[in-house]
Amino acid sequence: MKYLSTRRRHPAAKPLILVLALFLVGAVYALVIPSSQVSAAPGLSQQVQEGKALFQVSCSSCHGLNGEGTSQGPSLVGVGAASVDFQMGTGRMPMARPGQQAPRKDSEFSPEEISAISSYVATLGPGPGIPAASVVDPSKLTDEELARGGDLFKTNCSACHNVSGQGGALPNGKYAPPLTGVQPVHIYEAMRIGPQQMPVFSKNVITDEDATQIIGYLETVQNRNPGGGLSLGNLGPVTEGLWAWVVGIGGLVVIATWIASKGARSK
Amino acid sequence: MAKPAPVADTRDPGSATTTSKRAVSARDIDLPPVMVKQGGPLAKWADDRLGVGGLSKFLMRKIFPDHWSFLLGEIALWSFIVLLITGVFLTIWFKPSMAEVEYVGSYQLMKGMMMSQAFASTIDISMDIRGGLLLRQMHHWAALLFVAAMFTHAARIFFTGAFRKPREINWLIGVGLLFLGTMAGFSGYSLPDDLLSGTGLRFADGLMRSIPLIGTWAEFFVFNGQFPGDLIVSRLYMVHILLIPGLILGLIAAHMVIMVYQKHTQFPGPGRTEHNVVGYPLFPVYIAKMTGFFFIVFGTITLFGALVSINPVWTYGPYNPSQVTAGSQPDWYMGWVEGAVRIMPGWESHWGHTTWSWNVFVPGVILLGAFFTLMALWPWIEHWFTGDERNHNLLDRPQDNPTRTAFGVAIITFMLLLQFGGANDIIATHFKLSLNAISWFLRFAIFVVPVIAFWVTKRICLGLKKGDQERLLHGSPTGEVHRDANGAYIEDHVPISHEEAFALTAIDAPEPLTVAAQADAHGVRRTDGDVSAMRARASHWWSESNIPHPTREELEEAHSHHGDGHEIEPADKH
Repeated sequence: MKYLSTRRRHPAAKPLILVLALFLVGAVYALVIPSSQVSAAPGLSQQVQEGKALFQVSCSSCHGLNGEGTSQGPSLVGVGAASVDFQMGTGRMPMARPGQQAPRKDSEFSPEEISAISSYVATLGPGPGIPAASVVDPSKLTDEELARGGDLFKTNCSACHNVSGQGGALPNGKYAPPLTGVQPVHIYEAMRIGPQQMPVFSKNVITDEDATQIIGYLETVQNRNPGGGLSLGNLGPVTEGLWAWVVGIGGLVVIATWIASKGARSK
Repeated sequence: MAKPAPVADTRDPGSATTTSKRAVSARDIDLPPVMVKQGGPLAKWADDRLGVGGLSKFLMRKIFPDHWSFLLGEIALWSFIVLLITGVFLTIWFKPSMAEVEYVGSYQLMKGMMMSQAFASTIDISMDIRGGLLLRQMHHWAALLFVAAMFTHAARIFFTGAFRKPREINWLIGVGLLFLGTMAGFSGYSLPDDLLSGTGLRFADGLMRSIPLIGTWAEFFVFNGQFPGDLIVSRLYMVHILLIPGLILGLIAAHMVIMVYQKHTQFPGPGRTEHNVVGYPLFPVYIAKMTGFFFIVFGTITLFGALVSINPVWTYGPYNPSQVTAGSQPDWYMGWVEGAVRIMPGWESHWGHTTWSWNVFVPGVILLGAFFTLMALWPWIEHWFTGDERNHNLLDRPQDNPTRTAFGVAIITFMLLLQFGGANDIIATHFKLSLNAISWFLRFAIFVVPVIAFWVTKRICLGLKKGDQERLLHGSPTGEVHRDANGAYIEDHVPISHEEAFALTAIDAPEPLTVAAQADAHGVRRTDGDVSAMRARASHWWSESNIPHPTREELEEAHSHHGDGHEIEPADKH
């Protein structure tokens, strides 16, 4: 004790204590905080560098040189790799022109380039990652699980996307896009990131098993659903009514005209 | 007190003139020759017992005029027959129960799901029962065609004035049939208990609840408690397969009998007057045409059922009140009411502890009621305008009564715009439009566009009438233009045929009503047939732009200098 008590008034004591305290706080902080979900592994740094270069050429005019966002586009800090994979994989980003909503189109980028940019954006802040292939593979689902996916889809998704995924209208020219031909991984990512008008369906709401079942249902209903013939766009009574009037009444009126003008040789 | 003398009533149904004492010989058979020839002993057998001879003599020579538009009602009739046939098949398999069962059929995407028995049996009909899907789709297509054909038929009756005296009763029956047909369709597509039909029922539930003061009680009465309850499917089943078809059958019978009794209307033409019917007899001409058309309608519906998907209930899945899919629409005949509800601003009043949902009540209940009321009352509304008391067996062409035609087109325009409102989300996604823009456009367009349609139609009708008058007075242009010695360009005209001239002058528009003198010559106040000043003004407005037929003098005058041709460009301008 004598050692400490004799030196506590030493001029260096205060600075030393401060340094010690800072070191202690830093050490505890480093131990306690969670590691970020996506950390750039040493082997990927090359990919991150490529992604950053691509980002600065193709994305930065709207999203800022460091993804911090501008008046033209939102910040990408914390959107995660899944966002980039979804937006660029479905061709929505880069946008062809500003508008209510970015439409789906063929992507201008190769999968490697998208992967590079998404790993760069993932370094900006933690966010949802790209799912493992097994999560979005519905091939092992049973019929009951597919049916359950249908029920989940109808409860959570069909109000905007239509019961068979044909899409639907939202206010002011916005819309829920059709889900025909969308890759399973993009359906999964859309649920997690909530792109554009779509709300986020987190893992607490729709678990990974639920998501797989929804993906399986959509794939089945769109590719292997028995039809009653010509589908008329799967749009329901509007196109059915149009068919009944144009082809049905229209066709029968043509025939009625023919009947009325023919065959009256009763002499 | 003398007993009344017994009267021998003839009991021989074969002929009212033969007494029972006379032996029936071959001569007494009241059969048309063709039936004797074709039917042989069977015809005699039936005639002896039921007197079919007299009836068939009457019916076989019944004359019907020929026009394509007279076959529109037949489309409705034949679709109804198809509905009955296919409907009987569906009742064999359909289970009208809302009891919860687990699905055990073969459809993959329903495996293990809980659903109502009604829905499960609909899936069974569609997936597991031989021919079930074909018959189900035929039934639904026939229903769409049935109502569409009734609307088209009603439009034909309206635009040709066939509802006028003496046919007002048949018009009323027709309006009743149209209403019942709509209700039949609605009750029918609510039965499968799939997501779409449940949503439709929810809509109907909303209409009921919006009725001021009694709405909630009405809902509880119909659904036996709160929506959806567990009885509505079995109740609608009764309505759909017993009540409404029974009423429709009865009304169709009355419709037909009255039509036969009053004889069919005809368009004006040579030899056709208000007092005859010119056409072909039922046998053999119309029997052949009607049978042929029946098979064509049946065949068309069968083709639709086989080739074109309608209401794929397995995609919609069982009804669950927590689910509403985008693109939920009713069948087309309720689409205009749906549209009216969609574009209505959300007005609502709260008075005391009552809620007045104008946003649903006005576009739903009131509009639907007003449409059918206006339609039912139309013969009397038009009579109020024209004061026309004459019998009409000759039809107007649409242009012969420009105001009526214009009004009809305005109503159709109004309903078509509302129909667009009902499909606003489909239009928005497929034509890249904004939902809000469509709603705002329609909120004004339903008032403005019908007025424009009224005016444009009236001008077109008057133009057509003017063209008729030109043909009557100056003949038909030949298309040969030549130049005379003075340098004027002249187009040659040839007189139109007597047949055409007859047809063009057969219809007389009634004179507009005038205010009658309030008192007669002796100063006695009149009490009969008063025409109010307002009615006279309305009558004048109705017929002010009518173009009267040229008089005999005008026609003779025009024809006497015929041969001069028709000057296109007067010579003195050169």
